[in-house]
Amino acid sequence: MFVSTASVLGARASGTARRASTVLVTLLGLLALTFFIGRVMPLDPVLAVVGPDADSSTYDQVYRAMGLDQPIWTQFGMYLNDLLHGDFGNALLTGHPVLEDIKRVFPATIELATLAILFGILIGLPLGVVAASNQGRMGDHLARVITLFGYSTPIFWVGMMGLLVFYAWLGWAGGAGRIDLAYDGMVPDVTGLLLIDTALARDWEAFTSALRHIVLPALILGLNSVAYISRMTRSFMLEQLSQEYIITARVKGLSRRQVVWGHAFRNILVQLLTVVALAYGSLLEGAVLIETVFAWPGFGQYLTSSLMLGDMNAVMGCVLVIGLIFVALNLISDALYKVFDPRTR
Amino acid sequence: MPMIANISTTETAAKRQADNTPASSLDALYKSSLRVLRHLLRNPMTLAGLMVALLLVVVAAFAPWIATHDPVVQNLANALQAPGAAHWFGTDEYGRDIFSRLVYGARITLYIIALVTIIVGPIGLFIGTVSGYFGGIVDTVFMRITDIFISFPSLVLALAFIAALGPGLEHAVVAIALTSWPPIARLARAETLSLRKADFVVAVELQGASSTRIILRHIVPMCMSSVIIRLTMNMAGIILTAAALGFLGLGAQAPLPEWGAMISTGRRYMLECWWLVAVPGAAIMLVSLAFNLLGDGLRDILDPRSE
Repeated sequence: MFVSTASVLGARASGTARRASTVLVTLLGLLALTFFIGRVMPLDPVLAVVGPDADSSTYDQVYRAMGLDQPIWTQFGMYLNDLLHGDFGNALLTGHPVLEDIKRVFPATIELATLAILFGILIGLPLGVVAASNQGRMGDHLARVITLFGYSTPIFWVGMMGLLVFYAWLGWAGGAGRIDLAYDGMVPDVTGLLLIDTALARDWEAFTSALRHIVLPALILGLNSVAYISRMTRSFMLEQLSQEYIITARVKGLSRRQVVWGHAFRNILVQLLTVVALAYGSLLEGAVLIETVFAWPGFGQYLTSSLMLGDMNAVMGCVLVIGLIFVALNLISDALYKVFDPRTR
Repeated sequence: MPMIANISTTETAAKRQADNTPASSLDALYKSSLRVLRHLLRNPMTLAGLMVALLLVVVAAFAPWIATHDPVVQNLANALQAPGAAHWFGTDEYGRDIFSRLVYGARITLYIIALVTIIVGPIGLFIGTVSGYFGGIVDTVFMRITDIFISFPSLVLALAFIAALGPGLEHAVVAIALTSWPPIARLARAETLSLRKADFVVAVELQGASSTRIILRHIVPMCMSSVIIRLTMNMAGIILTAAALGFLGLGAQAPLPEWGAMISTGRRYMLECWWLVAVPGAAIMLVSLAFNLLGDGLRDILDPRSE
């Protein structure tokens, strides 16, 4: 699920030029993989487009239009050329270009994932710090249990149980979708993020409705991040707390609290940036499931509904975009590391 | 091997016993598994995980004797019964006993775990040992490919493969396997790099052993234990991904009692009949929790520093 820290550290050690070429090769590889899965692996890509009832002349026309009579390398070149021009093909479901669709549905996912990562940080960080500074005691065991459940529960199931309990039984949460139907489309679309759009329009009833809808899925989506962030924080903190400067600080007469938060925690902040970036990437994966459960009109739901229709253009477009985001997040976390850690300069 | 056996005299045998050196690779494997088992039994959490994993195997093996009803035969007069004495976990929309479906579903879960592990282990070992042993261009190419596969979140990549292959249990297995070999390959490569210049490898090289022989007979066996541990640690993730695919309707198809697919069909009746969703989900969580506990215990043995 997560890119291993070893790979991140290994990549960081190498030079920038080498890094750039690596990224380029990885990007080309991503494209080759999606090309392979989307165009080569299906038994008959033409049949997927024209349907089983088409006559042979239509079939031949589409066959040539898709460039399938060309050698595979030419096909890959055409595929690259299309992608570089932002042409991911048209989606069967909407008839729009895939990239336009993705742009349209993405804000919903960004809003959900951002709230989820905030939740992951707010709970995960303190949990990890408490666990490390109380190693082997209550706090540590509690953190371990929470982490274990965060890793072990099927997120779609938690989502459904959450809907059942907090929406159907208790009536606290807003249920499926981003906002109550009464408010749907009532505020002007500025950022695509409903919480911000409703706040900008000063429509506080709509804002409350949107908030009631987003909190539950965001909390559940964030469970995995809580687990990951707290586990990583704990191990980073343990590493710091075993250093000699910690003993020095304690001997100097600083309180435990000052040492833990003022010394050790400050030193792991840079490492945590990487962790948060990777956690954010993996939220996109969880979003596929949570959006399906909560009928959240975002990226994940677009991906799964295209998948059900066998719409390869849309599916491969989504997969490619997620892959690109992952690579970008890796690059960003590397760059942040260089900016904030003076030792890497 | 036979040559070494010939020169071992009673004297060296006695010496071996004294410093506890294993007499053969089989003996070494036996001794190291014994050590692992002792460690596992010492930690109650790990032990609990091991027990649940064993329970899963037992339930799967003896499913026909444990199940109280047929998992597939429909009985519409009995549909959507609440949990009770007749049906411990209630019945689904076709009147099938959920407890019995869970029991048979254990077979599918185990089937997926086993098949994925059997596919992923050799692929990861091959790519990892070959790129670690030969280094250079081979290493670069293999590791770039590994990086590319890691660049996608595994569920999304699995979805992409299923989009091309079509839904189904076997396709789900293939898709999960295709997304879960890279960590194994990386581990095997790291292990191989540390063995590459070891004296015993140089010694067999000097004796003229071929690369194939060195990798298969000398390097792979040394990587085995950590690869097996890593494969166990991956199992919880495999269960969750398989359940997610089942939930999306892309894995096992009806009427197979796969736990994720059971949740997917139960979703329609969830508001009135919570048990259709709650029970299979709890089963997924329990098994995944067990494998996570087991994996944690094994990791502590592999890397004592993590504790």
